[in-house]
Amino acid sequence: MDFLRPASWEEALAAKAEHPTAVPIAGGTDVMVEINFDHRRPEYLLDLNRIGELRDWVVGEENVELGASVPYTHIMEHLRAELPGLALASHTVASPQIRNRGGVGGNLGTASPAGDAHPALLAAGAEVEVESVRGARRIPIDAFYTGVKRNALAPDELIKSVHIKKADGPQQYSKVGTRNAMVIAVCAFGLALHPETRTVRTGIGSAAPTPVRARDAETFLNAALDEGGFWDSGKIITPSVAKQFADLVAGACNPIDDVRGTAKYRRHAVGIMARRQLGWTWEQYRTDGGGTGRTLEGAA
Amino acid sequence: MRVNFTVNGRRQEADDVWEGESLLYVLRERMGLPGSKNACEQGECGSCTVRLDGVPVCSCLVAAGQAEGREIITVEGLADYAKHRDEAHPGDGCASGSCGTSLQRAQRWRAGGTDSGTGEAGELSPIQQAFIDAGAVQCGFCTPGLLVAADEMLEHNPSPSDADIREALSGNLCRCTGYEKILDAVRLAAARQEEAV
Repeated sequence: MDFLRPASWEEALAAKAEHPTAVPIAGGTDVMVEINFDHRRPEYLLDLNRIGELRDWVVGEENVELGASVPYTHIMEHLRAELPGLALASHTVASPQIRNRGGVGGNLGTASPAGDAHPALLAAGAEVEVESVRGARRIPIDAFYTGVKRNALAPDELIKSVHIKKADGPQQYSKVGTRNAMVIAVCAFGLALHPETRTVRTGIGSAAPTPVRARDAETFLNAALDEGGFWDSGKIITPSVAKQFADLVAGACNPIDDVRGTAKYRRHAVGIMARRQLGWTWEQYRTDGGGTGRTLEGAA
Repeated sequence: MRVNFTVNGRRQEADDVWEGESLLYVLRERMGLPGSKNACEQGECGSCTVRLDGVPVCSCLVAAGQAEGREIITVEGLADYAKHRDEAHPGDGCASGSCGTSLQRAQRWRAGGTDSGTGEAGELSPIQQAFIDAGAVQCGFCTPGLLVAADEMLEHNPSPSDADIREALSGNLCRCTGYEKILDAVRLAAARQEEAV
């Protein structure tokens, strides 16, 4: 095994081009487990810790550009107003020790359907910026997950950052597990209201081969909110609409039975989370007007 | 490969390190510092918790090469680290070599505590003393990780709520105590810290 220690992003891209089998390591919270357990013996480890820019973020007009290695702790502490869904999701990641090391770039690189960040990214709307010596490109988050633990990266590409839409309305995130720490999601759900475009977006974790959006549920709810004049009136969402939304979200799941839970349980629980989160976010929207930064903060 | 880093305030180097080796393995097997415990090797139990440039991390998940040039505090150096923090000059202003914990001293470290006969205090940080006083140590395996995590929390949150304590220690598993006495110990250390100010 060789340990590659690029001191800059350009050096990292050159190293990845020269050794496409090199496994990038940043927080190490996935890679080191596999090495410790002899599940993986990469030819090259590519250490990204020395590249400072990967730990930076920039809050822009419409997006936050979040460096791939920004630890979850920083997202929780500094980006709650801009990225409330992701801040909530970050707070559910493992433990303080893990949140001090792990970041969204690792979640995306591993592309596990159980990665905590995915539902929040899908619901907020995001693009993953990847780069190789051949150039940079942005992959829409909906096109990023291509299979179980597979993503759209080419072998010579590295994840540089994620451009995430700043919240323009309330967002929620929840996950099911046996305790409030050190839990791999049995299933997870994220919801974002986008009052500016009068749309909603969803993200489902750990209940399909990849993280997915519940598109039929979104289409249904967008139409129902529009037809009922809910965005203008701010009135309480009709229970039958909420139920239909929850049923459609559950229907978007394609889960399996495994040690953490059964497919039936996952589908049911995702539906419950969808109905509750719709209630929470809508209540926040109608009582706060949904547009002010102060009130959008996640409860993380 | 060779790894140069600072352990408990002293420059150290480790040779013949395998590229896939964890920081935990280097500390235990190459530096001879077995205070950080090796249990789950997957970041689940927190018993290998150390400070990496001040931040608590599971040392089993840090590749040895990632520690190059960085500062590590292990449980063996906790007493000295806490002393320098209390004297408000962590690292600065000390004559070179006079602060930090040497490898030799760290390797010989034994829990001293307050001697019941002489009343003399051994070399313990306030959090270590509180763990002993509150009876928060049973088998002791999880203790080093808990000490490092709790000490870090008290450093930036001097009056933690119970929820703060629970969250700060949520990545450390203890299979003996049921956690109640551990929570007592952290509350005790926080109360003593407040009194001292």
